[in-house]
Amino acid sequence: MNQSNKTYHDKIVIRLIQFSILWAIAAMLTGVYLSAELVWPTLDFGQFWLSFGRLRPLHTNGIIFGFGVSALMATAFYSVQRTSHTPLFLPGLAWFCCYAWQLLVLTGGLSLLAGFNTAKEYAELEWPFDIAITVIWVCFAIVFFGTVANRKIKPIYISNWFYGALIIVIAMLHIVNNLAIPVSLGKSYSLYAGAKDAMVQWWYGHNAVGFLLTGGFLGMLYYFLPKHAERPIWSYRLSIVAFWAFVYSYIWAGPHHLHYSSIPEWVQSLGMVMSVILLAPSWATMVNGIMTVSTAWEKLRKDPALKFIVLSLAFYGLATFEGPMMSLRSVNVVSHFTDWTIGHVHSGALGWNAMITYGTFYFMVPRLAGRELYSSQLAHLHFWLALAGTMLYIMAMWAAGVSQGLLWLSVDQIGELSFSFKEVMASMAPYYLLRLVAGVIFLFGTVLMAYNLFMTLKGQLPVRVTAPPVNPAFAVAS
Amino acid sequence: MSGLSLHRKIEENTGLLIFGILFVSAIGGLVQLLPVLNQESLAIATENTRLYSAVELTGRDIYIREGCHVCHTQQVRPLVAELERYGPYSRADEFVYDRPFLWGSKRTGPDLHRIGGKFSDDWHRIHLINPRAVIPNSIMPAYPWLDSTPASATGNITAKLRTLVLLGHPYTEQDMANAESDLAGLTEMQALIAYLQMLGLGYSEEVMQ
Repeated sequence: MNQSNKTYHDKIVIRLIQFSILWAIAAMLTGVYLSAELVWPTLDFGQFWLSFGRLRPLHTNGIIFGFGVSALMATAFYSVQRTSHTPLFLPGLAWFCCYAWQLLVLTGGLSLLAGFNTAKEYAELEWPFDIAITVIWVCFAIVFFGTVANRKIKPIYISNWFYGALIIVIAMLHIVNNLAIPVSLGKSYSLYAGAKDAMVQWWYGHNAVGFLLTGGFLGMLYYFLPKHAERPIWSYRLSIVAFWAFVYSYIWAGPHHLHYSSIPEWVQSLGMVMSVILLAPSWATMVNGIMTVSTAWEKLRKDPALKFIVLSLAFYGLATFEGPMMSLRSVNVVSHFTDWTIGHVHSGALGWNAMITYGTFYFMVPRLAGRELYSSQLAHLHFWLALAGTMLYIMAMWAAGVSQGLLWLSVDQIGELSFSFKEVMASMAPYYLLRLVAGVIFLFGTVLMAYNLFMTLKGQLPVRVTAPPVNPAFAVAS
Repeated sequence: MSGLSLHRKIEENTGLLIFGILFVSAIGGLVQLLPVLNQESLAIATENTRLYSAVELTGRDIYIREGCHVCHTQQVRPLVAELERYGPYSRADEFVYDRPFLWGSKRTGPDLHRIGGKFSDDWHRIHLINPRAVIPNSIMPAYPWLDSTPASATGNITAKLRTLVLLGHPYTEQDMANAESDLAGLTEMQALIAYLQMLGLGYSEEVMQ
């Protein structure tokens, strides 16, 4: 085998990072616009494509599939080569995944603005896009598992279990939930109806969060956190237990989205119990992560990338505690259908997903470019903006959500409703304005990062990295 | 064989790892989904079940296209405050012909499952053209284009009914033959209002007692 066959394919990683940041800015800008529409409802100027109902799925899909999946592909490709000591399997196919996925996000986004929408949350794209997603996802699986199978080191590293779970489980959920009979290119009717459709959708919806926004990003955590702290994972056994407990128990929690609905009661209760149990593997991983950095705290002082990753772990802990609490029927009765849910999602999406992604980008880009980060100070500023934006966002939504929930349920002594819906809605204005400010702060930080990383990469050729020799004790017999 | 050495086998074999993840993650779904998907009572039409007419179905598809479900739920919970605010709580048999379900997850605006008959058609039209004309503090978007778009532009209604027949909705040949003429002359606004006005009306009070 000659030397060039051992060089890691890192150009594709850079390209995916660039796309990911592009989608992050576009989708967050959409989010900011949406939050402005909730303060000034005429901001859509009577244009159908600026209407809240069409922009909202563009925001969620842009974040999950544009920003999130591009970042997951980038970090998976980066880490799977390094943990397997071998370049990507079928790099041409990897490039196909990269560009086909971006084309899908772009055209899919436009189709949402045009009103093609299945109404299933996080699965809004119509059937032609669903088929395209399946094809690209299978290619992603071939590249990823092909690289793992080619590895030169015997054990498959933990981060790859999580990326593997992401690929396999999302494929299963996506295919089952999107089964539908097409009427035309832009319209289909779900194979399931009513309560059954709701069950399938929230089995998908909850676990799209579970295996994409949690499992996939835990893959990032298990590679980049130890790498960056220059410490091995604190407990290997704990990571084994946490992984399988996570894969087993997450999938049960979907029905907590359907409390007090007309799906069978036993499913609601089972979903609630399993949601509480889910706290154990979630926090096991958090403890494992925090203990890993526990002898390297001093690095936090000067390293913005590690700061982001450690803070993301704290928000991961917060969101995975809040989730099980909100799944309890007695809490859910207040929180369901309110802005509390929106706050919960954002403590995960901003605090956990975006922050850990930013941390890994600040880690990878200087290494890929072969030079120091353009401005460490800007990155520190970004860190504080991201923290301030996230905190303001979730506090505004806690306040909004809890008051909505309680005011809606409030009845006076003779059983009359205390407040009309209109009164409660009108009282939300200050919170919605605060949320808009929070979103602008967070978005501004992201733009700073884009500039910082652009300047870091500018004019640089990707560093050529070759697979280092493997310790013979762990080498795959050839 | 200790647990750790068993795990060594899995973590050194790509195929075993893939199979393990698939197997372990499938259990929860199988236990929860299969019984529910096979529960007949969730799929049997009763006197509470309304089959959407061609016009109502078109209105429902407009509701989906505009993303009304993003801010409005269609799921009244069995809680005192909700029974009082919206009406009888939602039952599974009311959703038998809902593809997809539109229960929603967020109430930025009020629940709409019992909205039918509470306001006049004219009120709905004015409200949809400019919500602030009737509710000063409303933050709902305006939908002026619905008033100038023919309902037939929403998609081939006959093809839609045929697809739903495949899925077991009891439309007759007569229904399908008349579908296009039912929509003739109507705007999207009228179709959407027809849908809103039938929401919750199929519910028979006797069943409740």
